[in-house]
Amino acid sequence: MTTETGIGAAVKRREDFRFLTGRGTYTDDINRPHQAYGYILRSPYAAAQITGIDTSKAKAAPGVIAVLTGADYDKGGLPCGWQIHSKDGSPMIEPAHPPLCKDQVRHVGDQVALVVAETYAEAKDAAELIEVDYKELPAIISTAKASEDGAPQVWPEAKNNICFDWHIGDKAATDAAFAKAHHVTKIDLVNQRLIPNAMEPRSAVGDYDRATGDYTLYTTSQNPHVIRLLMGAFVLQIPEHKLRVVAPDVGGGFGSKIFHYAEEALVTWASGKVGRPIKWTAERSEAFISDAQGRDHVSHAELAMDKDGKFLGLRVNTIANMGAYLSTFAPCVPTYLHATLLAGVYTTPAIYAEVKAVFTHTVPVDAYRGAGRPEATYLLERLVAKAARDMQMDQVEIRRRNFIPKDAFPYQTPVALQYDSGDYEATLDLALQMSKWADFENRRAEAAKRGKLRGIGISTYLEACGIAPSAVVGSLGARAGLYETGSIRVHPTGSVTVFTGSHSHGQGHETTFAQLVSDGLGIPLENVEVVHGDTAKIPFGMGTYGSRSLAVGGSALVKAMDKIIAKATKIAAHLMEAAASDVEFKDGNFTVKGTDKSIPFGQVALTAYVPHNYPITELEPGLEETAFYDPLNFTYPGGTHICEVEIDPETGITQVVNFTAVDDVGRVINPMIVEGQVHGGLAQGIGQALLERCVYDEDSGQLLTGSYMDYTMPRADDLPSFQVATHGTMCTHNPIGAKGVGEVGAIGSPPAVINAVIDALAPLGIEDMSMPATPLKVWQAIQSAPKKMSAA
Amino acid sequence: MHNFNYHRPNNVADAVTALGGAGDGKIIAGGMTLVPTLKQRLAAPSDLIDLNGIADLKGIKAESDGITIGAMTRHAEVAASSLVKSAIPALAELAELIGDRQVRNRGTIGGSLANNDPAADYPAAILGLGATVRTNKREIAADDFFQGLFETALEEGEIITAVHFPKPEKAAYRKFAQPASRFALIGVFVAKTKGGIRVAVTGGGNGVFRATDIETALAANFTPAAAKGVKLDPADFNGDLHGTPEYRAALVSTMAARAVEAC
Ligand SMILES: Cc1cc2nc3c(=O)[nH]c(=O)nc-3n(C[C@H](O)[C@H](O)[C@H](O)COP(=O)(O)OP(=O)(O)OC[C@H]3O[C@@H](n4cnc5c(N)ncnc54)[C@H](O)[C@@H]3O)c2cc1C
Repeated sequence: MTTETGIGAAVKRREDFRFLTGRGTYTDDINRPHQAYGYILRSPYAAAQITGIDTSKAKAAPGVIAVLTGADYDKGGLPCGWQIHSKDGSPMIEPAHPPLCKDQVRHVGDQVALVVAETYAEAKDAAELIEVDYKELPAIISTAKASEDGAPQVWPEAKNNICFDWHIGDKAATDAAFAKAHHVTKIDLVNQRLIPNAMEPRSAVGDYDRATGDYTLYTTSQNPHVIRLLMGAFVLQIPEHKLRVVAPDVGGGFGSKIFHYAEEALVTWASGKVGRPIKWTAERSEAFISDAQGRDHVSHAELAMDKDGKFLGLRVNTIANMGAYLSTFAPCVPTYLHATLLAGVYTTPAIYAEVKAVFTHTVPVDAYRGAGRPEATYLLERLVAKAARDMQMDQVEIRRRNFIPKDAFPYQTPVALQYDSGDYEATLDLALQMSKWADFENRRAEAAKRGKLRGIGISTYLEACGIAPSAVVGSLGARAGLYETGSIRVHPTGSVTVFTGSHSHGQGHETTFAQLVSDGLGIPLENVEVVHGDTAKIPFGMGTYGSRSLAVGGSALVKAMDKIIAKATKIAAHLMEAAASDVEFKDGNFTVKGTDKSIPFGQVALTAYVPHNYPITELEPGLEETAFYDPLNFTYPGGTHICEVEIDPETGITQVVNFTAVDDVGRVINPMIVEGQVHGGLAQGIGQALLERCVYDEDSGQLLTGSYMDYTMPRADDLPSFQVATHGTMCTHNPIGAKGVGEVGAIGSPPAVINAVIDALAPLGIEDMSMPATPLKVWQAIQSAPKKMSAA
Repeated sequence: MHNFNYHRPNNVADAVTALGGAGDGKIIAGGMTLVPTLKQRLAAPSDLIDLNGIADLKGIKAESDGITIGAMTRHAEVAASSLVKSAIPALAELAELIGDRQVRNRGTIGGSLANNDPAADYPAAILGLGATVRTNKREIAADDFFQGLFETALEEGEIITAVHFPKPEKAAYRKFAQPASRFALIGVFVAKTKGGIRVAVTGGGNGVFRATDIETALAANFTPAAAKGVKLDPADFNGDLHGTPEYRAALVSTMAARAVEAC
């Protein structure tokens, strides 16, 4: 009955009508009675001492209710949710992170004061009257130079700006592998810093109710329960039963809305102080200097091979920039979400990786779409491409020769992870065929006639998502569990409300989860409502990030459905006067096996709520169940991305002319949504490869790419029409078989693009290109190339 | 944005009076440049004099030797105008390359000229075609109008009313867009006019200028190769995140060659 809307059906997103017609309710759309407005005065300096703040003029300005500074703030700092230990066993340096700075600012945009006024304009006007005396200090910006002797210090307790110096893998085994290598390929790479730029800027409304003593925070969050836990328990000491956090419609997150931010704590705290609801909404330029940023790795890597190009060992050394403070999940990104992925899809037997995290006078860095896995994939796939050129091997052949074969699962890598399933040859073959890889040289020759340099690049990637088994991540330093919850409330007439701890901010859960439940309970899609994003409605939740919603949140719903069906089966058995073991549930009907005795789901639901004829001594009335699902392992999506570019040698402009992505995301519930997720991820990956880059002035620490005048977001006309397909092997350890699709596009694509650019430029003797491959950089590379265009 | 007094005159004389009477008055046309400046509090005029109510400043007219475009004519109207497309197609094409649809539907030619952004497109056409800027007081030749970074010959209280473009024999504009802003990293307008070959460059430095070396080369030999062959001195160009002086200098020859090809 549910084939048109059930698992596998390309149902149109139910939420889109609301979003496309302007009827969504975002945080900034929420207005509370007697609401006031907050404006945050931010540091104009990257590093400075605050020697004095005079707020008297601001306090006297029209409409001003309060002007609050670090001296007024008497609550806790923002906590970090993950602890890494250095090689020597010492814990990472974890500096204080107060929501308002007291005596020192550490990046442009650091919070200095909160002005609360009747209107936003009045708050902003008054902020201009605050007199802050700054004594400017030298700033350190560069990731590579942060730990050099003599570099300006961000924190006195972090010597040489080192937060932690961590490693993973077997050093001795790796050294031994290198000792017997036929050839070692080496590469130096920068994974540049990115600014997330969700379409909806962050916003928060804090609302303290004096009558009840309850606090409510409306916020642009990917995980309202996590915010309630962190802010309630660690920052403001408000017990959970007196604090409600609501994350209504959220216009994109990409990781940047996972973290607990100062502004959330400030509006909640200040609302209690002034007794009025307070709204703060970031301006776009404020988002550039206050949303956690992404990536920012500097790496050196070496790959040891035998004479046939078989990988023997991999060494990686990475410096990761944390920014000025530790954002909520920052330390796990370059470690457990990056270095553990360095085996990729290959059988490399020995891997050793060192990761040094450094503080700089920049906006904190944390998870951003892919979080660590794009960095690992970029490193590995650039390195493998270079290894193929060094060994004069075919780009496809070197990969095939090193793939983990499909009958080798479960496969234990040398860097902690155990992959459950995959078929890398299958996704590769399909991608080669779809991209017409074999005919490429004809296309290169044809482009050359038009004066264009054409190149093709490949990336065969793997990632780990569906995070994560609580016990495993606990042992690795997580300070939280990473299960998910799901509740299913069957109403008396058989319609269903689903409560999920996952949060949807563009992913389409209201559709996918409804399909899952409608299919599982055999009821029409329109009879299922999905509720998310409110701690007052949902038992608990760890939220949405790391492509975990379907694999973990969806699995919790399956577990809750199992409980519903088990109880409903007993009710049905009672009604049909059969033994529960003789009753089976299929397509929405309970049937006594081998008979035509059958009753529909709706009738059972009604009986549960009108229990006149009911096994009342054995069973409670009602039909509502909750499940907590803790995954048994990560999930491992992977696949092949192939990019084809054309470069105009006169201007250096690179155009992506073809892009093929074949991804193994496990079970697909809604192919249209999966395709949309891949498209969005590819846009971000191509954006990183060709366009986006966060640049600070190395001396002053001012953000040079502080608006869209200088920060290049990908636009529709920067992108080709994508060729996208899935080839699924099922996840073996969750009940759906789903792996995750939210991040694959952004993870797999950047090295495919850069490998294509290098392939296009290779006839000129060019061997390297950094991200983003801007027209300027490509033009410069061509100008200083060993061979001239005419010779190519 | 700070508070200001708002005026909406319906003729130029009243606009001039309002501007003269204001403490620190400013004209608002499409607002595409001015409003962001106000919102970022980079300017705080006491009065805004809105030209949107003045019908005389709008529209495109054919004149004996070319066309005249009212100061309040939107970029989108110029891009779509059949009059412009038949008389000076390069000008319609240039207007279509400005910003995005929203910007083209608000932004005006008068605002663009008065603002004289060093990366704006229109200045290249005005200078390249040897147009004349008409104000409430006088006529200003293109060669005299642009005076460096955001500077023009306009005096205090002077309002642009129209721009007159003589019809060229041939003309074309080629723009290499700065990847983020999509203003001109380098834009080159090449025209064969009655007075000779004119090549105007925007995006390169402190304002639009004529590339006289390329003009000379093209006067001798009007071919893409001739334009391409001219090497300009990078010392005359700006450098920033998106383009070094060397890159900008090279792009001028490339874009000039492409414009010649399109002529
Ligand atoms: C997102 C975006 C992208 C853009 N991209 C481009 C681009 O690619 N290329 C490009 O060339 N431009 C671009 N622009 C600028 C755009 O063309 C503006 O419209 C133009 O520069 C200003 O015109 P306006 O009518 O909006 O003027 P306003 O913003 O209203 O005014 C600008 C200035 O001119 C003065 N002024 C206005 N009219 C007159 C007049 N008649 N007489 C005297 N002074 C006057 C005003 O006082 C003010 O100082 C872009 C703008 C935006 C916002």
